[in-house]
Amino acid sequence: MSILGKLSLDAIPYHEPILVTTFCVIVVGALALAYLLIKYNLLGVLWRDWITSIDHKRLGVMYIVLALIMLLRGFSDAIMMRLQLALATNGDPGYLPPHHYDQVFTAHGVIMIIFMAMPFMIGLMNIVVPLQVGARDVAFPFLNNLSFWLTAGGAILINISLFVGEFAKTGWVAYPPLAGLQFSPDVGVDYYIWALQISGIGTTLTAVNFLVTVFKMRAPGMKLMDMPIFTWTCTWANILIAASFPILTAVLAMLTLDRYLDFHFFTNDGGGNSMMYINLFWAWGHPEVYILVLPAFGIFSEVVSTFTGKRLFGHKSMIWASGAIAILGFIVWLHHFFTMGSSANVNAFFGVATMVISVPTGVKLFNWLFTMYRGRLRVTVPVLWTLGFMVTFTIGGMTGVLLAVPGADYVLHNSLFLIAHFHNTIIGGAVFGYLAGFAFWFPKVMGFHLNVKLGKAAFWCWLIGFFMAFMPLYVLGFLGMTRRLNHTDNPDWNIWLYIALVGAFIIMAGIICQLLQLYVSFRDRAQNLDTTGDPWNGHTLEWSTASPPQYYNFAKIPTISDIDAFTDMKEKGEAYTRHESYEAIHMPKNTASGILISGCITLMGFALIWHIWWLAALGLFGGFVSLVLRAYTKDVDYYVQPDEVARIENAHLDSVAKG
Amino acid sequence: MILLLTRILSKIALAIAVGLLAGCQGGVLDPKGQVGIEEKQLIIIATLLMLLVVIPVIFMTLYFAWKYREGRDEAYEPKWSHSTKIEVVVWTVPIIIVLILGVITWKTTHSLDPYKPLKSDKDHITVEVVSMNWKWLFIYPEQGIATVNQLVFPTDVPVSFRISSEGTMNSFFIPQLGSQIYSMAGMVTKLHLIANEPGTYKGISANYSGPGFTGMKFNAIATPTEADFDAWVEGVKAGTHGDVINHAMLDQASYDKLAEYDADPHHVHVATPVQYYNSIKPGIFHDNVMKFMKDHGKVELLKGTPFDSTMIKGSMDHSDMDHGSMNHSEMSHESPEHVEEDK
Repeated sequence: MSILGKLSLDAIPYHEPILVTTFCVIVVGALALAYLLIKYNLLGVLWRDWITSIDHKRLGVMYIVLALIMLLRGFSDAIMMRLQLALATNGDPGYLPPHHYDQVFTAHGVIMIIFMAMPFMIGLMNIVVPLQVGARDVAFPFLNNLSFWLTAGGAILINISLFVGEFAKTGWVAYPPLAGLQFSPDVGVDYYIWALQISGIGTTLTAVNFLVTVFKMRAPGMKLMDMPIFTWTCTWANILIAASFPILTAVLAMLTLDRYLDFHFFTNDGGGNSMMYINLFWAWGHPEVYILVLPAFGIFSEVVSTFTGKRLFGHKSMIWASGAIAILGFIVWLHHFFTMGSSANVNAFFGVATMVISVPTGVKLFNWLFTMYRGRLRVTVPVLWTLGFMVTFTIGGMTGVLLAVPGADYVLHNSLFLIAHFHNTIIGGAVFGYLAGFAFWFPKVMGFHLNVKLGKAAFWCWLIGFFMAFMPLYVLGFLGMTRRLNHTDNPDWNIWLYIALVGAFIIMAGIICQLLQLYVSFRDRAQNLDTTGDPWNGHTLEWSTASPPQYYNFAKIPTISDIDAFTDMKEKGEAYTRHESYEAIHMPKNTASGILISGCITLMGFALIWHIWWLAALGLFGGFVSLVLRAYTKDVDYYVQPDEVARIENAHLDSVAKG
Repeated sequence: MILLLTRILSKIALAIAVGLLAGCQGGVLDPKGQVGIEEKQLIIIATLLMLLVVIPVIFMTLYFAWKYREGRDEAYEPKWSHSTKIEVVVWTVPIIIVLILGVITWKTTHSLDPYKPLKSDKDHITVEVVSMNWKWLFIYPEQGIATVNQLVFPTDVPVSFRISSEGTMNSFFIPQLGSQIYSMAGMVTKLHLIANEPGTYKGISANYSGPGFTGMKFNAIATPTEADFDAWVEGVKAGTHGDVINHAMLDQASYDKLAEYDADPHHVHVATPVQYYNSIKPGIFHDNVMKFMKDHGKVELLKGTPFDSTMIKGSMDHSDMDHGSMNHSEMSHESPEHVEEDK
């Protein structure tokens, strides 16, 4: 074996025109970016203010930037698949042979769930949760930075697989024995394992970090049941992460042992049993979808209550409904494989348990409805996303309950009906929620407003595109089309495949509108500054800070006496009090340790994928040394002096007074 | 804008409605057997039941958003946020619907259990199904023949499938006849189906299993009468079907040859043509399921340890009868008594 393990020039796909073009575009883009950064002398800013930042708001922004970049990657995969299926009808092979197509659908699933939806959700949580509970940062700011870079490390690995070697061809679930060494001897599954493993550890650390934050760092007076609803749904999601991601870590570790050390957990031979993998995978995988959607529910609650100018209907009921969803979400994993041969009693139990989840979910929908009731609804972009969600998600919920009936699932399992269902809930639920949150909190984080026209255009493109892309898939499921087919030869299916392609292009128009919106809003930012910090007449504490918030969040930690803490302060006339004096604020210092540790671990992952053992050892050692060095560093904090605080606070209050 | 949108949306709705009515031939909403018919009815009942909540919610969303939008000067109560009456209603209504649906689910999950033999005045015929990379092998133990990528059985006679895999996991599925079930190496899953109308139905693998997955299709042919089926069986035995590849016996050697596949990831896989075997080695299905189990205890690591010989011997001793302890899903059904029970 050579010094580079399995890595050789053969691993570079220079004979694939699509990949070479993509590579060139990325290189040109990177060079252009580097040129701009150097020209405007921004490299130092990038390093000091972003890469090494431990400020939860900046990390949140970086998470969302990562999510948007990965959205483009995952969406390119989606367009490629829809194009293949629209071309490869009537026995035509299309333009993507299985070798590519199978990687594309695997990458699409992994990227959209792990590297688009998760970072988007965690990004919003990072920005908002500490502000909503009146904390100056998360409990462990350095750990937060490390979590981000571990997630980014996983994302980098999955993108390297485009140009060095290949990605898994197993579907995003990577079921053995297909994902085992016998049927997938190439490096694809190893990329999958290490990308998920490294980012998954980042995610677990994030959950621990935010749980400690909400349990230990709430502002005085804020009881647990008084926490804002978005913070509550994030907390339930974090409980789910802390409980379920270790299962993913363990099951991937077992698959790793199978593939690297000739173990037999999931092989056909040697007493292995792939059913164990399938059970464990979904014991993580099902809670995962609630991890994605619960914070989105929280966003909708905030949006509805803010833009109706009303208190949220049934705040307590919402908290308990979220909790019920979180707990029930843990005992339904078997509905992903009713067709694996379990007994009728087992299938029936898991089917009914799944249906029970629709009760608290239905309650949430009614609570949003009754929040609108006798309110004053301002139809802004976040509200459009919310209304679009309520209509779309209701349909997705219905098809989900249908799939939970084992007798129906026996014919709909793995069909395009299933694909339509989970896109209906993940796009119509989670993604619409994140985009609502994006539009809602953007002025808070960036200090200027998003262009409204382009925002509305993006929403309509997404909504119409979604219905055109996925309603045909429900029909195709009924017509007996199963998922992951490379080509078809059933003329009855063609029209639906064409409509779905058009729908995907309309969604693309929506994404382009959003990129344009970012550009136009940034260009015209001087005219659209948010000078008050409270552009929507908000209810919760994040709106009491400046836009963008002071880096220490709160000069004086507020005392809370109402669920809608900021509304309460405004009503009592205490919202913009000028204080005589301020105390020094204890703050953490930025650090390069996060990117250093994650860089070493990512290098280790890459080396393990290619069996370059010496480099893997070096990476692990480097990561360990960086961690130990960080642990012994004493120079980790500083104080913001009172006069500095007074200067910043007075500037904000002057800006508010001017309007 | 909104006018245009409504126009587009109504066109789409129309196209979908037309398509659903006209284009559902061949799918799960066009069932040709008792199991599929019951599953279609279940889908329709469950959907109607849920629409009782779904339609009001969608309507209320749009209505409330319109009625209470800014500038209409409707009643405004910014602090109104709790009503026990409404809370009771919004918790109770979904609970009642889920209760009804739960009862339906419990009952149908038992009545549609794929493992449960179908009630019929005729005897089952048994077909043993093996998914291979990337083709289907059908063994008829009672008739003593085997086929590849073509399944033939008489109309109105229940078929008892026993399903296993030679490699990756697949799902055995004939959409127009109803339920599907996974095929897994070293295990046997079961499925009972019936065709109540003669015809040729598409059969697929409904679980992605590698590069040749798309071509893993077969025709399931329900012959009009049992006599037609018997005639077909005789033809297979005599090798008189001219339009397919006819082989001699399916023994371990020809089984292994059939199981071979092209592992080069860059090759384009073509679907395997229909093939017939005029006879079978008795127990070939069972032997090939059990070969994965016999390795249990023969793990390389154990070689050379004092326990080695006893462990191999131990596992061999009971390997040909009861493997119930190895996995819940099937092994116990392998013993002859259980086969009797099916009938």
